[in-house]
Amino acid sequence: MVRERTVAVDPGQIAVIVGPNGAGKSTAMKAIFGMLNIHQGSVRLDGEDISTLSPQDRVAKGMAFVPQSSNVFTSLTVEENLEMGAFLRRDDIDVTMQQVYELFPILREKQKQAAGELSGGQRQQVAVGRALMTKPRVLMLDEPTAGVSPIVMDELFDRIIEVAKTGISILMVEQNARQALSIADKGYVLVQGSNRFTDTGAALLADPEVRKSFLGG
Amino acid sequence: MLDILNSIVVLSNYVLIPAITYGSQLALGALGVTLIYGILRFSNFAHGDTMAFGAMVTILFTWLFQSWGITLGPLPTALLGIPFGILATAALLLLIDKFVYQFYRRQKAAPVILVIVSMGVMFVLNGLVRIIIGPNEQRFSDGERFIISAKEFKLLTGLKEGLAFKTTQGITIITAIILVVALFWFLNRTRTGKSMRAFSDNEDLALLSGINPDKVVMVTWIIVAALAATAGALYGLDKSFKPFIFLQLLLPIFAAAIVGGLGNPIGAIAGGFVIAFSEVVITYPLKKVLKYLMPENLEPTGLVQLLSTDYKFAVSFTILLIVLLFRPTGLFKGKSI
Repeated sequence: MVRERTVAVDPGQIAVIVGPNGAGKSTAMKAIFGMLNIHQGSVRLDGEDISTLSPQDRVAKGMAFVPQSSNVFTSLTVEENLEMGAFLRRDDIDVTMQQVYELFPILREKQKQAAGELSGGQRQQVAVGRALMTKPRVLMLDEPTAGVSPIVMDELFDRIIEVAKTGISILMVEQNARQALSIADKGYVLVQGSNRFTDTGAALLADPEVRKSFLGG
Repeated sequence: MLDILNSIVVLSNYVLIPAITYGSQLALGALGVTLIYGILRFSNFAHGDTMAFGAMVTILFTWLFQSWGITLGPLPTALLGIPFGILATAALLLLIDKFVYQFYRRQKAAPVILVIVSMGVMFVLNGLVRIIIGPNEQRFSDGERFIISAKEFKLLTGLKEGLAFKTTQGITIITAIILVVALFWFLNRTRTGKSMRAFSDNEDLALLSGINPDKVVMVTWIIVAALAATAGALYGLDKSFKPFIFLQLLLPIFAAAIVGGLGNPIGAIAGGFVIAFSEVVITYPLKKVLKYLMPENLEPTGLVQLLSTDYKFAVSFTILLIVLLFRPTGLFKGKSI
């Protein structure tokens, strides 16, 4: 159950939802993307109400979602994964694909390899790259750093900042609260389905109460 | 030296060529089963009778063309009938999907329910075929019977043993190669084909990417229709057409798909040949081959037939069991069942 909460993100900004296990972070993401029915409230994109649209239609509207697990086509090559990301597009996807390869150079090297053969961090890059292929306005990431090593995690966060700089809004759910909040323009601390704290990432990190209850002092 | 050549000829004539032909037919059948398993996620028991239906329509059109006096000269007229068999089968499968399978898909029915549903479809199709064409054996092959007959081969080479290569065997092998190449080109090179593989790999992510599931399902049925109708017609052409035969074919076809790895097209082809070769080798009396290879006094006295042909279905079952025990995902990595 997720209740009474507002999450918003502006173009080019990073919003991070953190909170303890079971707080409803992933549920909130799924609700925003239309994979769950919402009973109250609305989802708006650029002021347009998209609450009744199916996930596929939301993709067409400019939302992209990277699920937490099984977020790549393991038996398809990296290149095919990216192509499938752009499935709805009828125009030339080469430019976007090159942009993705520039953002994640390792993917260019591995483009003919099956995504299932890649390491956890590389897979996450494929997953984010696949989502970027639709040229989304909002990119939603559900725990992009789950199960990757700390070094890879830092790199992924750097890449996410770069993505945001291109003008894409990023909405992210993260377990690694401290690191995630440090790159966030906006942070939401979710407890038992409601917003406990909302502020800029830096302010939340400085807030003694947030530090005490969620960041371990 | 001549002995070795003679033994190779005997082996080719009785084992290699029949097994490759039978393997091609099984591979085409197993490809259909494996595609349905990979994309629609159930084992389609109606596949054998889908093949029977495709073969039946092909036969009806072949007879029609023959009555009009249209033939292909040395090639069997059935080749002209196959495209119509494919069209009719595709229409039938799309209709069945719309009125039967779609309902259960919308309900997100468990695969085991779909398997039972497909058994229902199997009985209906089987009845339909018998009502239309009758339960008896039908012959529809015409044209040149042999590419090389045993007599010609003996004259040509001067060997004691003859090698016969039937036109239907040649056509079966060539058609199977063309279909398989076309299928793999489609799956690996086209947008729709890639989206089918993506859908089979990870349905949720495919939906998130905007892949239209209805279109994937539709294209799958059409491809399955092409594979099933061709496989059925080729089998009927090479052996003979009998509605009940296709029910029995279901076992080796499923064995082939499972042995290769369900959901894996390359596995289906490999599985088809593994099953076909085992069946033919184990049920063929090898005495004639060994006669040429062994020293005179060591010649086998028995037939060296490991199993009577009546037991050929036991062979597929045994291989199936062995593979499932030691490698549940099949020889090539498929889904475990």
